[in-house]
Amino acid sequence: MIHIFQAYGGTLLYGLGQTLLCSVIALVFSLILGTFFALLEESPNKFGRAVARIYIEVFRNIPLLVITMFFYVVFPLYVIKMNGFTAGTIGLTLYTSAFIAETVRAGIGSVDPGQMEGARANGLSFWQAMRFIILPQAFRYVIPPLGNQFVNLVKNSSTLAFVGGFDLMYQGNVIASNSLQTIAAYASVGVLYLIITLPISYYMRYLEKRLA
Amino acid sequence: MLQNFIGAYSPDNLHYLFGGLGITLLVSIVSIVGSFIIGSILGIIRYVKIKYVSAIIGVIIDVIRNLPLILILFFTYFGLPNLGVKPEIIPAAILAMTIFESTMLAEIVRSGIQAVDPGQMEGARANGLTYWQGLWYIVLPQALNKMIPAIVSQFISLVKDTSLATIILLPEMLYRSQIIYGQNTNYIIPMFVAIAVMYFIVCYLLSVLARYLEKRQA
Repeated sequence: MIHIFQAYGGTLLYGLGQTLLCSVIALVFSLILGTFFALLEESPNKFGRAVARIYIEVFRNIPLLVITMFFYVVFPLYVIKMNGFTAGTIGLTLYTSAFIAETVRAGIGSVDPGQMEGARANGLSFWQAMRFIILPQAFRYVIPPLGNQFVNLVKNSSTLAFVGGFDLMYQGNVIASNSLQTIAAYASVGVLYLIITLPISYYMRYLEKRLA
Repeated sequence: MLQNFIGAYSPDNLHYLFGGLGITLLVSIVSIVGSFIIGSILGIIRYVKIKYVSAIIGVIIDVIRNLPLILILFFTYFGLPNLGVKPEIIPAAILAMTIFESTMLAEIVRSGIQAVDPGQMEGARANGLTYWQGLWYIVLPQALNKMIPAIVSQFISLVKDTSLATIILLPEMLYRSQIIYGQNTNYIIPMFVAIAVMYFIVCYLLSVLARYLEKRQA
């Protein structure tokens, strides 16, 4: 394994960089999209609720790889050309946003309904109450599951390997077929993934315990 | 466009795709049964805190849980031959899924057991049952009830994750759709619609089941 790092260190680090870049971009956008759809689902607007429900169910129940391949194969044919990295990041964002929406919604649900009633009784509109009263309280409950979603996001970013996204998994494959030392190559890739995911997992478990 | 759909959904193509769905379900069901058994054993060992053993198993579970499934698929299909074992595609896929899902289920089992009121075990012990009898007859049946919705949810992600095994050429739905539209590029959109709908129906029905079970419990 050490000789793999010596011989292919640069390639592996480049892959790690791409994996992190894709994960962070997807996290930011799926947080925005996910929170938006969670709020839409909790809103008093019936039409908005239906739209949010459909969005969440569709992206939760279709495999990530099918979504990613859609953007990699179908989109360039009819809409716009995009490289594997972009297609993979878009797929990852849409897929994760559905899970984040569910997480945020559960967080909102865990806030005592009396909070909303109190805010409304004091003259705040629904959206003001959400923004100033409910969301700040929900946020606290939502952090550990969101952290776990981020771990899933990093792991799922390995689908970029299918579409030539030059991420860690992709580079691991290249190294495995170049060096013919498949086990050492995959073990090196595994170690690099664990360096990102394990600390987050453990920290989230610690936060969960502290909250409980 | 309509003609493309009619052409793409010819009886032969549909038959071929449904065969892929069969492989998806076969791999998923065998893996979930295997990982339920292995995951329960691992989860119980992690819960009962056997000196050293539980700690080591805990570390192994955490490591595998935090790796991408694709990496484990590559490992079982391309890595194992280097160790002298050469599994066929379907067993390799089932092996990878079972390894990965066992660790997920181990966590579900452990938190399910932890969610049972500790008074249950104390009561069992006070009534003369041994620790293992208390675990088996009193705690585990209650824990199983709490775990079932989470296990169904895990099964949904397992069904979706079988699509990743296209990378080791498992002939499931996604792989077969690629073969069909590889022969005629006009069929790309119909094929994506077909597999998206098929995955959606299977996973949505399962998620309705999970929600029903969760409600029944509350």
